[in-house]
Amino acid sequence: MMMHLRPSSFMISAMFLLGAAVVTLFVHACSSTDNGLAARARLVGQLGLTDLALFTEARYTRHPSQADLHSAFQDQPVSLDHFPSGSLVSPPRHNFAPRTGVQQ
Amino acid sequence: MNTSFARQRYLMDFTLHSMLRRKGRNLVLFTVCCLVIFILASVMFFGQAIRQEAKTVLADAPEATVQNLVMGRHALINAKWVPVLQNVRGVRHAEGRLWGYYYDTVNGANYTVMVPPSDDTEHRLQPGEVIIGPGIVANRNLIRDKYLFLRANYGEIFRLKVKDRLSSDSALVSADLLLMSEPDFRKFFQLPDDVFTDIGLTIRNAREIPTIIGKIGVRVPGSRVVTRADILRTYQSIFSWREGLLLALLGASIVAFVIFAFDKAAGLSGEERREIGILKAIGWETSDVLAMKFWEGALVSAGAFLLGLVLAYGHVFFFQAGLLEQVLKGWAVIYPDFHLKPHIEVLQVVTLAFFTVVPYTAATIIPIWRAAVTDPDAVMR
Repeated sequence: MMMHLRPSSFMISAMFLLGAAVVTLFVHACSSTDNGLAARARLVGQLGLTDLALFTEARYTRHPSQADLHSAFQDQPVSLDHFPSGSLVSPPRHNFAPRTGVQQ
Repeated sequence: MNTSFARQRYLMDFTLHSMLRRKGRNLVLFTVCCLVIFILASVMFFGQAIRQEAKTVLADAPEATVQNLVMGRHALINAKWVPVLQNVRGVRHAEGRLWGYYYDTVNGANYTVMVPPSDDTEHRLQPGEVIIGPGIVANRNLIRDKYLFLRANYGEIFRLKVKDRLSSDSALVSADLLLMSEPDFRKFFQLPDDVFTDIGLTIRNAREIPTIIGKIGVRVPGSRVVTRADILRTYQSIFSWREGLLLALLGASIVAFVIFAFDKAAGLSGEERREIGILKAIGWETSDVLAMKFWEGALVSAGAFLLGLVLAYGHVFFFQAGLLEQVLKGWAVIYPDFHLKPHIEVLQVVTLAFFTVVPYTAATIIPIWRAAVTDPDAVMR
């Protein structure tokens, strides 16, 4: 005799599988290899790099931590903000933090 | 079997049958809900992983760099300040750094040109040699021992032998990097011998940094010190929700959820009202009706949440966030080919669940509660 599968059984199984998949994500994140993280960290130490090469189109997006101005039109009059990079990187915080004895 | 559990299972069965009768509508709701969660979770995973990456990778960045400011802009710093900084108590070593930007007219890409520090034996270069980053390798189709031709802004062509390529594992920090010897760098950019881009400092005790910054401010007037902590802080705010594009994305997602909720809360369809009226008339209690609709909201939103989360994780960490790549690449010619180390935070997942599953389920229950507490006869009419 063929067993009749109740919809709730199917749904509970599906939710259980999805829940198990989410738990697997956490396990995977904890146990995954470093994907070259050590090589990157080593190169940063050797060369004294200061920034990630994530946005290479403008000075203030390539080296956000070293940029003097974080604004459009800094290189030429028609140099509009480099969208979307300019909207993903915030200006370096230390440019706004007052420090005794240091000219900002 | 526990009676209460059996009862909930019957309610689930009934709810699923009821949902199957409107399967088109429920499928669209589930898909849109899943898509919104997928986008939000992708950005959340990517942002968190890149912040974590920056925190780990830049932990060995220079402890402090001293820049010269002229009229509020970063300018070249005179070499005479190197011994002055070396003599500041607490500074172990001060070294002038040379780095700058070069726009390559051949492919329209920007390179970061840099001279390796003197203590870096692995990347030591003779004049006429360069080491190039993986982004330049891919873009200029170069291999080891080939020549890279660069035109200086005064017209001279430089013929530089590619001594080596930086590992593709390091692309996230070195994609556009072009390492050059100091004589070549000075000649290429026509820099005098007595200037540097900035001065890097090694500091004995990190706790002394604020005091050292104070001393530098007095001894090197017009300077600005960027510490490692500043660099790390800058990257902790990258991809934060306050940034323009992400704010727009978050706003659009919130609006989408408001529309869902409004659609649910604005009123029930005639069919749904009649269904509730019939259920009440045949003896269902208000709590049963609410439980049934709770399951409807919970199954759609929790299912969409879990599926969206799993898909987003796969997208970011197995497919290198391919859908976000075009946004991240912007106008840049060189974009690093990188694999982020997977990182996931329980708090962020819980927050995302709270802002997606809870409102949806609540928006499903509230109008039903209003209908369920009304007289069955009035509801059916």
